[in-house]
Amino acid sequence: MSKFIVRRVFLAILIVVFGSFVVYAVIRALPSSYVETVARQRAQLPGSKSYAEWVAQLNALFRLDTDVFTGFVGWLSDAIKGNFGDSFMYNMPVTEKYNNVIWYSVALNVITFFTQTLIAIPLGILAARKQYSKTDYTITFFALMGISLPTFFLATVLKFVFSINLGWFDLYGIVGRYYEQLSPMGKLLDMAHHMVLPVVTLTMLSVGGLMRFTRTNMLEVLNSDYIRTARAKGLPENKVINRHAFRNTLIPLVSYMSYLIPSMFSGSMITETLFQIPGIGYISFDAMKMGDIPFTMFYSVFLIVLTQVSLLVADIMYAVVDPRVRIN
Amino acid sequence: MDKKRRAAQEELDTTARENTKETMEDSLNTPNNLNHEPDRSGTLDDEKRVKVLSPGTMVFKRFIRNRLAITGFVILVIMFLFSFLGGVLMPYSQSQVFTKTDFIIKDYAGATINTELRYTVKEGETFSSSAFSQLILAKNDGELFFSSNDKYFTYAIENEDFFRIKELDILSDVSARKQLYAYRNAPGFDLSADMRSAFELAHSEQKDKFTFDNKEYNIIRDGLKVMIASEKETALASPRIYDAYEQNDIRFVESYAFRNAVEEAISRNLTSFTLDAQEYSIQEDGRNTTVYKVSGNDKTLFANISDIVVNALSVDVFLTVDYKAAAREAIINGGKEFIFPDEEGNDIEYRIVLVHNTYNIKRSTQTHLIDMYRSPDEEHLLGTDQNGMDVLTRLMYGGRISLLVGFVVVFLEMMIGIVVGGISGYFGGWVDTMLMRFVDLFNSVPYWPIMIIVGSVMDTLEVNPYTRVFLLMFILGLMGWTGIARVVRGQILALREQDFMVATEATGIRISRRIFRHLVPNVMPLLIVQGTMSLGSIILTEATLSFLGLGVKYPIASWGSIITAASNPYVVTNFWFIWIPAGLLILLTVLGFNFVGDGLRDAFDPKMKR
Repeated sequence: MSKFIVRRVFLAILIVVFGSFVVYAVIRALPSSYVETVARQRAQLPGSKSYAEWVAQLNALFRLDTDVFTGFVGWLSDAIKGNFGDSFMYNMPVTEKYNNVIWYSVALNVITFFTQTLIAIPLGILAARKQYSKTDYTITFFALMGISLPTFFLATVLKFVFSINLGWFDLYGIVGRYYEQLSPMGKLLDMAHHMVLPVVTLTMLSVGGLMRFTRTNMLEVLNSDYIRTARAKGLPENKVINRHAFRNTLIPLVSYMSYLIPSMFSGSMITETLFQIPGIGYISFDAMKMGDIPFTMFYSVFLIVLTQVSLLVADIMYAVVDPRVRIN
Repeated sequence: MDKKRRAAQEELDTTARENTKETMEDSLNTPNNLNHEPDRSGTLDDEKRVKVLSPGTMVFKRFIRNRLAITGFVILVIMFLFSFLGGVLMPYSQSQVFTKTDFIIKDYAGATINTELRYTVKEGETFSSSAFSQLILAKNDGELFFSSNDKYFTYAIENEDFFRIKELDILSDVSARKQLYAYRNAPGFDLSADMRSAFELAHSEQKDKFTFDNKEYNIIRDGLKVMIASEKETALASPRIYDAYEQNDIRFVESYAFRNAVEEAISRNLTSFTLDAQEYSIQEDGRNTTVYKVSGNDKTLFANISDIVVNALSVDVFLTVDYKAAAREAIINGGKEFIFPDEEGNDIEYRIVLVHNTYNIKRSTQTHLIDMYRSPDEEHLLGTDQNGMDVLTRLMYGGRISLLVGFVVVFLEMMIGIVVGGISGYFGGWVDTMLMRFVDLFNSVPYWPIMIIVGSVMDTLEVNPYTRVFLLMFILGLMGWTGIARVVRGQILALREQDFMVATEATGIRISRRIFRHLVPNVMPLLIVQGTMSLGSIILTEATLSFLGLGVKYPIASWGSIITAASNPYVVTNFWFIWIPAGLLILLTVLGFNFVGDGLRDAFDPKMKR
């Protein structure tokens, strides 16, 4: 097992380097107007160097004067030391900006994770137990509906109904207009209030996948021999489902959900952008569009690392849940 | 997206394993076959014949029994008809801009009350504009004389706003010191003794003028210099504006002679005057003066004179005197609006709005406007969008792009995925390891960051919208083939150990043929399911990218780019017909693909039989 993990970690590192190189190569194709803007500003300061000199100096600083490969190696050697540079757009160290915004995303995703699990798993099991019944069709229909809904359409409809027509929530943002005047408890409630629609959006979109996953796995378990045995020996149906069937469904479910945990830190770019929640997704969406190389690189590497970690976690969790894997 | 795909894939992996058993199990379960004694007589009539359905028919039968799948299929057929046939049947094109005619109130003319003097020079005289500005200065300073270009002028105020400008001819330079006068006469002028004494008397009394021999002479004092000058009329100035009723008369009406005659008549409150043996009559009405040409008993309108300037605000508008007169009358009477017929004789209403010192005359004008945000009606069933284009038509053309993108991308994914997965699965060993590590590397490239950056790059490079669609398909295909490759590889790894592969090897079939004719078709059912599902997710991805402004761009329509209008809360609030239909179409299409994919999976999966 440890040998396997070491090999996986080694491969993961290789993958991280490769993935970040691809992103770096693509983003270097963006003509960054940032350097020119800064150089123009600084050249206008009294007693300053000329514009051309500033451009040259800034290009050297951000390694924009080298070819893509050299630039990437330079970036990588800095990144290994934990120095991801200053964001072009936000004018502060990338990691500091990241620390400021990540918790909004995490809060959003953790809440979504719980609501999603609480809705999806019971409904998935219910659908599997009553396969091909009206209940099953309804649940399948809504699950597929959730999968098929475009994020932006759902978010807009929710805003249209609840923000514009009913006026229950604000259209955008994480805090209200009078946030600064509120008590600490009030501040928390205000933020929670602003998170309702994003959480509903995310839950509606992700619940379908988990529900279908639960249903399929449950069906597979229910069709297996030991369930027939359990029924044959006359166990009450509740016991069959909860003790024998559900526990075995947990194996793929846990691996599926452990895969979700690291992705909680990656933010949900589209939903955050639509509701302008200043989480990591929204912030990095803006940065990417503007060609903010340090921030984009940091975010991409962060995403790649998260994916690799979640794959690793999923593999390990498999071993934890399923004794057969452990023995092999 | 990734999560969903993963889930789907894992589900598929389990079903596919059972695929090979399917045929056998099904034929066993065919009712006629069970509990039926084999007929030993050697003849088989229809009743006794074993009814075996081909695997394809079995799948088809199971598929059409699934209500959701059929619903999905119907939805998809409707969507295809809507997009591909609808676009042909629709009389409009996707980038046709509709206009409407509307009356909007536009500034038509402006009127101001003129307080500035306007001068007219007598024929044969010179009076420059710089001299005129000197006049204004002198008038404001209360000086009687002014000079310009070494010429001296004086002016006479005939009426409060009628000025006569006279040029002074210097007759004699006088040096006057303590009652001693020395005269330097201009050539050809002889200063008589009587005139001298008249001048000296006037000068000592500090008068500006003296009369001698019934002629008036001016005494100019310019510093130490004193001059005697005779005067002659050069120009006149008044704030009144002259407009002729007949185009031919314009020059005459603005001439010195006519202005002089009119101004004089006005200042003397005369009702008629004669100029060049032609009689004119004057009718004064406050600030508005009308001059009639009198011939016998007939009076014809000849000129309109007023201190209200009426100007057209655009070059292509010519204001007639009648119009100006009507406008002036309305302004003088303090009216807010007046009616004046246009060239065709239609009465048009004009409104007068006073802004500071200017009267703005507004006219409701018929204008062609882009028909934005038109509500649904018979002509445009879903109204028009922010560019005045028909929403329904754009939805149809947008559907073509969205569906086309979906199919091309899935086709690309399949091509790459089948080749890589097939080779990897068939050869195994180091080839497999290499290719799978390559797939891992490819998978590691973060999906959304790359899509967004590529979109921004295309934005800054200003890629042609049509090229953009193709690039988008290519990139989406390139980013999505790894899943297919994995599925194909996994399946082929299992299949290649089976007996039929030993047979292909024994018969010496080419390797490429073994992979693509014998192995890949066995993976097809799974790929069809996977492809149908990913069609839906690709349409979603394309729509999301277009919504974010990074995918398909105007003027090409796609369902996502149509909903982009909904990022503006104003549109969301007021114009449901722009964004809701597009969203529903995306939802329905993706739902259709998912239903069909789901139904296909169940149909292919023997475990799911009822």
